[in-house]
Amino acid sequence: MDSGKIDEIIDRHRGKSGDLIHVLMEIQHKNHWLPRDVLHQVAAALEIPFSRVLRVATLYKTFSLTPRGRHEVHVCTGISCHLRGAKQLLESVERATGIRPGETDTAARFSLETGSCLGSCSLGPEIIVDGKHHARMTPEKVEDVLKEYQ
Amino acid sequence: MTRLQSAAELELLRAGILSARDAARPCIAVCTGAACNGLDSARVARAFEVEAGKMAPGAGIEVRATGCHGFCEKGPNVVVGPDDICYFEVTPDDVPEIIASALKGEVVERLVYKHPETGEKAVHMGEVPFYRHQTRLLIGDNIRIDPKRIEDYVAVGGYAALAKALFQMTPDQVVDEVKKASLRGRGGGGFPAGQKWETAKNAPGDEKYVIVNGHEGEPGAFMDRALFTGNPHKVLEGLIIGAYAIGSHRGFIYTRHDSPQLIEHIETALAQAEEYGLLGENILGSGFDFRVEVHFDVGIFVSGESSALMRSIEGQPPEPRPKYIRTSVAGIWDKPSNLNNVETWANVPQIISRGAEWYAGIGTERSKGTKLVSLSGNVVNSGVVEVPMGTPLRKIVYDMGGGIPGGKAAKAVHFGGPMGGSIPASLIDAPLDFDELAALGAPIGAGGLLVMDEDTDMVDVARYFLEFLTNESCGKCVPCREGMRQTLKVLTNITKGKGRDGDIGRLEDLNDVTGAACLCALGRTASDPLKSMLRYFKDEYELQIARGSQAAGNTAK
Ligand SMILES: Cc1cc2nc3c(=O)[nH]c(=O)nc-3n(C[C@H](O)[C@H](O)[C@H](O)COP(=O)(O)O)c2cc1C
Repeated sequence: MDSGKIDEIIDRHRGKSGDLIHVLMEIQHKNHWLPRDVLHQVAAALEIPFSRVLRVATLYKTFSLTPRGRHEVHVCTGISCHLRGAKQLLESVERATGIRPGETDTAARFSLETGSCLGSCSLGPEIIVDGKHHARMTPEKVEDVLKEYQ
Repeated sequence: MTRLQSAAELELLRAGILSARDAARPCIAVCTGAACNGLDSARVARAFEVEAGKMAPGAGIEVRATGCHGFCEKGPNVVVGPDDICYFEVTPDDVPEIIASALKGEVVERLVYKHPETGEKAVHMGEVPFYRHQTRLLIGDNIRIDPKRIEDYVAVGGYAALAKALFQMTPDQVVDEVKKASLRGRGGGGFPAGQKWETAKNAPGDEKYVIVNGHEGEPGAFMDRALFTGNPHKVLEGLIIGAYAIGSHRGFIYTRHDSPQLIEHIETALAQAEEYGLLGENILGSGFDFRVEVHFDVGIFVSGESSALMRSIEGQPPEPRPKYIRTSVAGIWDKPSNLNNVETWANVPQIISRGAEWYAGIGTERSKGTKLVSLSGNVVNSGVVEVPMGTPLRKIVYDMGGGIPGGKAAKAVHFGGPMGGSIPASLIDAPLDFDELAALGAPIGAGGLLVMDEDTDMVDVARYFLEFLTNESCGKCVPCREGMRQTLKVLTNITKGKGRDGDIGRLEDLNDVTGAACLCALGRTASDPLKSMLRYFKDEYELQIARGSQAAGNTAK
C-alpha cells in the first residue's frame, strides 16, 4: 500500500473520536496487515506516540503485524462448533496447510486463524476461506475444499 | 426525499407507502441472515430477482432480501406472503417453480416442512413447529422488511412510537413508561433499563450520550446480529426515544467489524433516517436534535464490557475500570453515558406505542416481555427463537429445537456462554427467567442457549470457556490474568489425565479469589461455568481426576 493511500485513509478519519482505531481497521481491511513503517506514518500523522499506536495494534486480534497469505482460512472454534467437532476439523486443516493458527505458510498461500463465533452455528463445524463459508464440514473434506484456493 | 416536519407528515408517508401496495400480491422474502448467507442464499435472492424481472411490470411479485427468519438449520429460508408459506433449503433451481406456484396461489409441496419422524407436513409459518410456539414481537417483522429500505419499516408502523414520544409525552413520562414496563437489560446483567435511564438523565452535566452495545462477542450468541442486521431501524428508533428521554444529542453504535452486511445495513439506516428527518436537527419538527456515529470492536471480547467499550469509542485500549461511579454518571469522556444492548433498545418502541401495561402483561413477575434466544449445540434445529419470559427451557429445546440429534439423550443445557453456567437435563423444566436461572447457576447472559448431549465431557466444556476468556481478557488486573491461567492449567491437566488429588480444592480456591478480586465482570464471572459444573457434575470431575492420580500412582510404583 503506498503512503498516499494511507494518507487518504488518515484524512478520512482524522478528528473523529477513536480515529486511531478507525484508521488501523481500514488499513487492515485493505492491506490485510500493518507494516511497521505504516504504523510510524500513522503515529506521525495523528501526532500520537508510536508506543500508543503499537499498543492498540497489538491488543486487538484483528490487527496483524506480519504479512498474510493469499487466502485467509478461518476455522470457527466457537462453542457450538467445538461441540460438533471443530477440534478434529482444525487438526485436519493444520495437516493440509502445514501451519498452525496465527501462522502463514512460506509460500504465502494460506494464513490460518481460529476463534470468534461468527453466529452461523447451524452450519457448524465450518471453515471460512476468504469470507466464503464451507458448512457442515468433516475432516475428510478439508483437502478438497482447500484445493480450490491456490 | 424530503425531511418530515411533523407526526402528521409521517402518517401521510405511511399511508402513501401502504396504498401503493397490493396486500393480496405475493411477496417473497428470501433470508440473507448470517447462516443462510453462509449457504449462499444471495444466489437464491438473485435468482428470484431475475425471474421476477422477466415478468411484465406490475404483474406481479415482490421480492425482498430480508434479515434472519430464525430457522437457520433449514436455510436458505424463503417465505411467500401474504399467507407466509415457508420453504426450506431452497436452491436457485427451485425459484421458477416457487414463483409460478405463488402466482397461481399454489404450494410447492416438496419444499415445505416435513417432520423428521412423523413425516407430517407444515405449510404456513404458524404451523411449522419451530415457529408455532414462538411469540415473535421483535424478530417477527424481519420477513416483512428489506433492511435497506426504511419504507418497509415505516410500512409496519415504524417510527410511530418516536412520534408519540416526541409529541405526546415528556421525557419524564417516557422514562416512567419504561420503568413501569420493568424492562430489564438484555446484554447480560438484567439491570432495569428505566432505572439506568433515570440515573443518566439526573446525572449532572448537559452533554450526555446514549450507546447501543452491538458487540455480541459471546460464543454461540447470534440473536443481536439477527435483529440488528435484519431490522436496524427498530433498534435505532428505540435509541432515539431513549436519547429524547435522557436528554442526549449524541449517540454511538458499537458493533462488530467482521460482518460487512451488518455494517452496511446500519450505515444505510442512519443515512435514510437522516434524509427523512428522523435523525439530525429538529427531528420530525419537534425541536429535538440527535446524531449517531458508528464505532467498531476490532476483535476482543472484553470490549463488550461497558467501561471498556467506552474507552474503545474514545480510541483507547479497551480496559475496564472499577465502577465506584457508574458509566451512566461518568462514561465516555467522563460524561453521563447510557449503554444498552441491541435487544433492550429494540424493546423500547413497542413499550411506548402499546404501553407499559401491555408489556408488563407478558412474562413472569420479575422478567417481562419476550427474549431472543440463540439455540445451538447438540440440537436438531439451531436458530433464533423468541419466546415470552417464563417459557420452560424444555419447550425451547424440544418443541422448537426438535430435541437432540442422533437419538441421543440431553446431558445439560448451558446459558450465558463463558460467563454463564450449565444445568443438568433434569432441570430442563426451569423457566426462562433472569432470577430463577441465575439462582440455578445458569444466568441467561445475552441469551445463547447451548444444548449438550450425553457424550459431552463437562471438564472439557469448562476448560474450553476458560481458555476462551484467558485469550480475551485485557490482562490489566492480576487476579483475572493470573487466576484464570492457573485455573486453566489445572483443568487442562485433568483433561489430559494428569489430574491430582486436591485439584477440586485448588479449583475452588482459585474460583473464590477471581470471583472476589477481579476488576470487571469478565474475571469475576469467569469461574461461573466451572462453579456450575462443580455443583452439578462434580462426580465427572472426580472420576477424571482419580484416573489421573491412579496413573501417576502406577508410574511411581
Ligand atoms: C466481558 C464482558 C463482555 C460483554 N459483552 C457484551 C456484549 O457483547 N453485548 C452486550 O450487550 N453486553 C455485553 N456485556 C454487558 C455490558 O457490560 C453491559 O452490561 C450491557 O451492555 C448493558 O446493557 P443492558 O443493560 O441493556 O443489558 C459484557 C460484559 C462483560 C463483562
